Amino acid sequence: MTEKVLIVDDEKGFLDVLAERMQSRGMEVTTATSAKEALQKLEVETFDAIVLDLMMPEMGGIEALQRIKEKNPDSEVILLTGQPSVSKGVEAMKLGASDFLIKPADINELTEKIKLAKAHRMILVEKKTAKKMKDILRTKGW
Amino acid sequence: MNIQDAQIGLGGIQFFGKMAASISHEIKNVLAIINENAGLLEDICFMAERGRPIDPARLKKLSGSVKDQIRRADHIMTSMNRFAHSVDEASVSIDVSEVAELLVSLSARFIAMRGVVLAVGKPAGPVAITTFPFALLNLLWLCLDYAMAVVGPGKTIELFAEKTGDGAWFRFGKLEDMAADAAPLFPAERETALGQALHAQILRDPVASEIRVFLAQSRDA
Repeated sequence: MTEKVLIVDDEKGFLDVLAERMQSRGMEVTTATSAKEALQKLEVETFDAIVLDLMMPEMGGIEALQRIKEKNPDSEVILLTGQPSVSKGVEAMKLGASDFLIKPADINELTEKIKLAKAHRMILVEKKTAKKMKDILRTKGW
Repeated sequence: MNIQDAQIGLGGIQFFGKMAASISHEIKNVLAIINENAGLLEDICFMAERGRPIDPARLKKLSGSVKDQIRRADHIMTSMNRFAHSVDEASVSIDVSEVAELLVSLSARFIAMRGVVLAVGKPAGPVAITTFPFALLNLLWLCLDYAMAVVGPGKTIELFAEKTGDGAWFRFGKLEDMAADAAPLFPAERETALGQALHAQILRDPVASEIRVFLAQSRDA
């Protein structure tokens, strides 16, 4: 099944080529050049994984991650950054990021992480659905 | 505080570290773009081996993109090199436009991160001053950092380097929110110490919405 991915990065030259390469690997890719644009897209669409740059003008990746998680705690966010700082990585993971990759990244590694993120999200969704079903069965008393 | 203190002080090291971190981040971004372009070339070769024809226009575009990034990296590294050499001599003659240009280049990422535009005005001809370039860059960065905090909704800072009397001004203008800054923390201890070390005058002018840094054409180290 195709992975639906949102890539967010202010470097358009990076964004376009990465999107093309991921599409050629069978993924359905949407792009955003700012956190604000990404949040707008997330209002109307859901994704299996969100690949988010850490350093972006006006709203950085950490703030965007917080907002995404507030709106939808099940979102799988992979941070991709040129800033190889352990403290930022730890902060991002504490805020709920699924993974953290340093630029320049290997596309196979990124693809693998996206597939894992999708699998993780599906488990979460299935668990939630099962819980909902149980609650319905218990409360309705059929 | 003497010039040596300004050179070696913790604030100077922090400034150097901040700029070096920003530059390395920029280079990482350039490498990431080159990496993706190289990866796309590999993908195209892989598909060509399986019979898909290669489009020369596509290859030309990729090569152009790599060249653009090499030019970008070259500009970044040239600035880094000039910045690294700014500590070489505590007293050297330098053109104010060069200083302004280097400041803009070093600060580009910080300016972009804060969504600010820096409009730079240069003097008609060369204006030389004798100064310690590293300490001057540090002082101007601190001015710019404050200017970005009080730029206001217009989000555009004007930076002018210009000749005046027997010296030169660096002027950060259009700081719309400066007058509303009731308890300004500028110039703070660090800016004042650098100003003294450089024999520079720092003026915060809320009426004109600008910061001015005056440097005499020559100074005794």
